[in-house]
Amino acid sequence: MPEATFLDATELVINMGPQHPSTHGVLRVILKLDGEKVNGTECIIGYLHRGVEKIGENRTYQQFAPYVDRMDYVAAVSNGLGYCLAVEKLLNIEAPPRAQAVRVILTELNRIASHLLWLGTHALDIGAITPVFYCLREREEVLKIFENYCGARLTTHAFRIGGLQYETYDGFEEEVKKFCDWFIPKVDEYEELLTNNRIWVGRLKGVGILSAEECKEYGVTGPVLRAAGVAWDLRKAQPYSGYEQYDFDIPTAENGDTYDRYTVRMEEMRQSTRILRQAVDRIPSGPIIGKVPKVVKPPVGEAYVAIEAPKGELGYFIVSDNSTQPYRMRVRPPSFVNLQALDCMVRGGLVADVVAIIGTLDIVLGEVDR
Amino acid sequence: MIAKLFRTVFLVDLFQGLWVTFRNQDPKRIYTEQYPAERPKVGERYRGAPRLNINPDNGETLCISCNLCALACPENLIVVTSQRNEQTKRKELTTFTYDTSRCMFCGLCEDACPVDALELTQDFELASYTREGAIWDRQMLEEGPKPTQYKC
Repeated sequence: MPEATFLDATELVINMGPQHPSTHGVLRVILKLDGEKVNGTECIIGYLHRGVEKIGENRTYQQFAPYVDRMDYVAAVSNGLGYCLAVEKLLNIEAPPRAQAVRVILTELNRIASHLLWLGTHALDIGAITPVFYCLREREEVLKIFENYCGARLTTHAFRIGGLQYETYDGFEEEVKKFCDWFIPKVDEYEELLTNNRIWVGRLKGVGILSAEECKEYGVTGPVLRAAGVAWDLRKAQPYSGYEQYDFDIPTAENGDTYDRYTVRMEEMRQSTRILRQAVDRIPSGPIIGKVPKVVKPPVGEAYVAIEAPKGELGYFIVSDNSTQPYRMRVRPPSFVNLQALDCMVRGGLVADVVAIIGTLDIVLGEVDR
Repeated sequence: MIAKLFRTVFLVDLFQGLWVTFRNQDPKRIYTEQYPAERPKVGERYRGAPRLNINPDNGETLCISCNLCALACPENLIVVTSQRNEQTKRKELTTFTYDTSRCMFCGLCEDACPVDALELTQDFELASYTREGAIWDRQMLEEGPKPTQYKC
């Protein structure tokens, strides 16, 4: 009787990552394969852990604001907004209307930038090389607006507790309007490249299906949830920062597969420009920062504020003990929660689709590991 | 049905995409910056290399050594030392150390400065050959970095 070799084994266990280019960072996925079929996965995270929550407990409230930019570094402005809103809730203050409008403009621009980076890299994973060049070209225009507004492109630190630090620069409104007009044809251009392309459709349709029930079980939020047909958007459900004034739709799809998540995100970019146009037209005049004490010392209590970040529900939970530093800081990052659904989406599929499914979740490992 | 067959056989979807690529071939649409031959224009508010401003009239520092920047810094990378001048009864700045290797250019120090002495400037070339070179003393902060300017 011949000795058993590895060829006789029914299950092959391989490592994907942490240095795999398609894991979008340092995610390690252990794949259990039966031939081409994936029988199960195990995600190993923590390679990018910097202890951001603990850092928050050792800094004053103002000092921690630049660190939140470094969690989801492609959507730093959204992170900053969530943090500022949470501290403002603790302090029981509200940003002035002008600050709220500018905050909406910058977060929507950031949503576009984040989705553009997602589209480019996701297409690159699938094998479409062209979109990434165009996407980064358009993203550059958004980053230029950020640079002119607050002096940094990526880790912006644009908002302060109680409002804004910087007044809008001359020509800010025109620049945003010009961007909106220029950007919509570009989205059509991406759609021309991808939407009907047979390779794109063949690789994405019916891959990584996550039904609405499964989404709710896993707590998945953001475009992944909306692609499954649930019209849940915190900008509509629990409006913050004056989102109730703007008229926009929540794009949804039915099947919850990778292709639907692509269409939902494309439509979200269009809706974002819609919000941008409305917000730019009616930036109220007035102060940009409310009455905030020099030393932020919130009363004893706790606050949880969730916002709709480009990747899903981004929540900040802060416990205050009436000192200058938070007693406890907890972040509910959308990528971390969405990543849990990976096993459910990948199981039973093919190993080549794993790359597509990781890409479609739009995870940023800086946020997963914190 | 026939339309779908036509599209499939004649690769309409693929040529549609190729046409987009072709449209973007125009050399006028080049977006790449030819750094270092072409210097990038950074924003007016750009948060780059720190600078300790001096009074242009008499060359004296504007810093009043109040230590507010050091207190505002999340990374505690600013060290300010001062000496009391017995004649004028004022604090006078002796040394000012700024560790750019740990700096994340958040701008909290320049917000905290009450006299606009400390400022983050538009200089963005901060590389140095040693780690010690990233720790800037008062002289370096007042003069600013002097990167090599390349021309093509």
